[in-house]
Amino acid sequence: MQQAEPKRVLTGSHYLDGDHACTEGAIAAGCNFIAGYPITPSTEVVERYARRIPSIGGTFIQMEDEIASITAVLGGVWGGAKSMTVTSGPGFSLMMENIGLAAMTETPCVIVNVQRAGPSTGLPTMVGQADIMQARWGSHGDYEVIALAPQSPQEAFSLTIEAFNLSEKYRTPVMVMLDECIGHMTERVVIPEASEIKILPRRMTDKPKGEYLPYEVGEDGIPSMAHAGDGHRYHITGLTHDERGYPAMDSKTQDTLVRRLCDKIRNNAKDICMLEEEEIEGADVILLSYGITSRVSRAAIEAARAKGIKVGSMRLLTVWPFPEYRIKELAGKVKAFVVPEINYGQVSLEVERCCAGKSETILIPHMGGTVHNPEDILKAIEEAAK
Amino acid sequence: MSDLKMDPCYEDVAEDRHPMDHLLRADRLPHIWCATCGIGTVVKCFAEAIDKAGIDYDDVAIVSGIGCTGRVAGYVKLDSYHTTHGRAIPFATGMKLANPRMKVVVFSGDGDLFAIGGNHIIHAARRNMDITVICVNNFIYGMTGGQAAPTTPNTANTSTTPHGAFEQPFNLPHLMEACGAAYVARWTALHVRRLTESFQEALLKPGFSFVEAIAPCSTLYARRNKLGSGYDLMRFYHDNAEIKHGSDPREIDIGYQNKITVGKFVDRDRPTWQMKSMEQLDSTLGEKYYLHDEACEMCKEDINA
Ligand SMILES: Cc1ncc(C[n+]2csc(CCOP(=O)(O)OP(=O)(O)O)c2C)c(N)n1
Ligand code: SF4
Ligand SMILES: [Mg+2]
Repeated sequence: MQQAEPKRVLTGSHYLDGDHACTEGAIAAGCNFIAGYPITPSTEVVERYARRIPSIGGTFIQMEDEIASITAVLGGVWGGAKSMTVTSGPGFSLMMENIGLAAMTETPCVIVNVQRAGPSTGLPTMVGQADIMQARWGSHGDYEVIALAPQSPQEAFSLTIEAFNLSEKYRTPVMVMLDECIGHMTERVVIPEASEIKILPRRMTDKPKGEYLPYEVGEDGIPSMAHAGDGHRYHITGLTHDERGYPAMDSKTQDTLVRRLCDKIRNNAKDICMLEEEEIEGADVILLSYGITSRVSRAAIEAARAKGIKVGSMRLLTVWPFPEYRIKELAGKVKAFVVPEINYGQVSLEVERCCAGKSETILIPHMGGTVHNPEDILKAIEEAAK
Repeated sequence: MSDLKMDPCYEDVAEDRHPMDHLLRADRLPHIWCATCGIGTVVKCFAEAIDKAGIDYDDVAIVSGIGCTGRVAGYVKLDSYHTTHGRAIPFATGMKLANPRMKVVVFSGDGDLFAIGGNHIIHAARRNMDITVICVNNFIYGMTGGQAAPTTPNTANTSTTPHGAFEQPFNLPHLMEACGAAYVARWTALHVRRLTESFQEALLKPGFSFVEAIAPCSTLYARRNKLGSGYDLMRFYHDNAEIKHGSDPREIDIGYQNKITVGKFVDRDRPTWQMKSMEQLDSTLGEKYYLHDEACEMCKEDINA
C-alpha cells in the first residue's frame, strides 16, 4: 500500500453531495483519466472532475457516447492511467459489452452508476436501485465483477477509493453503485490527510523484455500488467486466450480462463465483502439493505426495537460478490431476512437462494421515484417477527 | 496445392522467413486469412512503413476492432490490442491520452470502422485526435461471411443483398475530409510502394490521419460477384485505378467495378486535441495548470510528449 498524493487530497471537512464526494474519492485514489458522457443524475461527478483535474494532473474527455467512454477508459488503463467512467441506467446499458471486455482482459477500472429508476428512460431525475443485477450479469458470458454500494456522500468518497484499490488488486472492473438520492444528497464529508488514505499501486510485471506473458499467473490467479510502451510488445484480446494472450479456440483454454476469471473473485469473497452488522446475535429478524435504503430502514429498525422486536441489521457495502458465506451461516438461525430495495426483487433473490428455505426471505419492493416509507418496512419487520 | 506451388507468386514464400518477420508474430502463424486475401499485403506495407519511418517499435501500439482485418493486431509484434467490434477508435483515444508519447494506430475493416464504429471515427476526426487509422476496405463484411457493408457499391451481391446492393455507400475520404482529418489517402493493395509511403506519412503526421486501403476479399466479395480470385481483383485495380493526388474528395465515389481514384487527398495542419486542450487550459488557468508544476513527474512526461 502507498499513501495518497497530498496534492490530490482535499483534506478537511466539507459540505458535499454524493456525486462530488465520489469525484474527490477518485482524485484522491489517483484517477488521472476520466472519459464520460453526461447523464442525470451522474453528471456532477464528471463536471467536478473536468473543473478540478487540470490543476491537479490528469485528463478528462467527454466522449461521443457511453460505449466510447468505457472503451476509452480501457485504452487509458492499458496506456498507463488509472481510469474511471461515470453514468446512469441508459449509459450503463450501453457500456455492457465493453465491461465484458474489461472482465475478459482483466483491465482494472472503475465504473460509477448513479442509479435512477428504469426501465428505459424511466424517471431520469429520480431514485432507483434496479441496476444491481445488471451490474452482475449485464455483459454476456460468465464472469464476476465487484460492486460497492455507498449509503452516504462520505461513503461515496471512501468507497470510490476502495473501488480503485479492489480493481487493482483483483484486476477487474469495479462498479460503484450510487443512487440518485445519495448522488444528490449534501452532507458533511470529512476528507482525511493524504497519509491516512491507502492506495494500492498497480501490480506491474518485473519480467525482463521478452519474458513477459500477460496472463501468466501464480497461486493467487491474478496476472501482472505491462502498459503500452513498456517494451514487452504483448498482445491483449477479448477472444479466449492462453497465458501469452494469444487466442486459443478450444474448450480447454476456455475452461481454464473462465474458471480463473470467476474464481479470483469467488475465492476471495471474504476479503472483498464489506458488511456492516448490528445486533445480529440473537436476532429474530435481520433487515438486509444497501445504499439509500439502509438510511431509510434506520427509522424502521429503531421503531421495531422500541416495540421489543429483536431485529438485527446487515448492510452490504459490497453487493457483488454477494456475501453468500455469511447468509448461509445465518440461514436457519433467524426467522426471516427482510429486504427492502428500490426494485421488484434483486438482492432479495440472492438472499432467498442462500437461505435455501431455512429462513424466510421477505422482499419489500419499491418501483422507484422515491424511497420507501419507513412504516412499510416496520410493518414487514413486525410481520416477519410473528 | 501442387498447382499453387507452380505459381511464381509462391516461390518467395517457400523460404521460411518473411522479410517483415521482425515485426510479425511468427509464433502465431499460420494466420487465419484466406489465400489471396489482400489484408496480408496491407500489413506488410504497414510493417515496412514503421521501419522506414524509423519509429521505435516500443513506441507504437496497434489497436484493432473485430473482423478479418481486426485480426491484424494479433499478428503484428507491437503492443497490440484486439478490442470489440467498432470500438478500436475510442480505445486508441484513451490510450493516446493516457500516454501521449505512444504512436497509436488503429487497423480495422470498413464495417468495423464505418458501420458500428461510425460514430467514433467521425468524432475522432473532428477532434483531430492524434492517431493513425488504417481501414482495409474490401467492400464487405468478411469475417461474418460476406454481408453488406456501408461501403458496398450499388448492385454488388452480398449475402444480405442477394438481389444487389442499393443503399448509397460511404465515400470514405470525403467523409473523413469533412470531419476534419489532417491526412487522408486512398490506395489499393496493388499500390504497395505508395501505400507504404502513405502509411509512413500518416504515422508521422500530427493529428488524425486516415488511409483507406482497398483490398481483395477473394473468398466472399470476389466469389459472390464472380470477379475471379484475389489476383483478378488486383488485375482490376491495375487496370482501373487512377492516381490523382489532391482530387476533390467529393468526386471520388467508388461505383461497382468502376474506376477507382487513388492518391493523397488531404494533408493539412490542424492543432490536435491535445495541443488545443493544453493551449486552452494554459490560457485560462495560467500558473494553476498542472503542467507548470515543476515537481510533477506526470507533467514532465506530458511536456516531453
Ligand atoms: C457487437 C458485434 N456485432 C456483430 C459482430 C459480428 N461481426 C464480427 S466482424 C463483423 C464485420 C466485419 O466487417 P469488416 O469490419 O468490414 O471487416 P472484414 O472482416 O471485412 O475485414 C461483424 C458484423 C460482433 N463481433 N460484435
Ligand atoms: S473472408 Fe475475405 S477478408 Fe476475410 S480473410 Fe478471407 S478473403 Fe480475406
Ligand atoms: Mg470489410
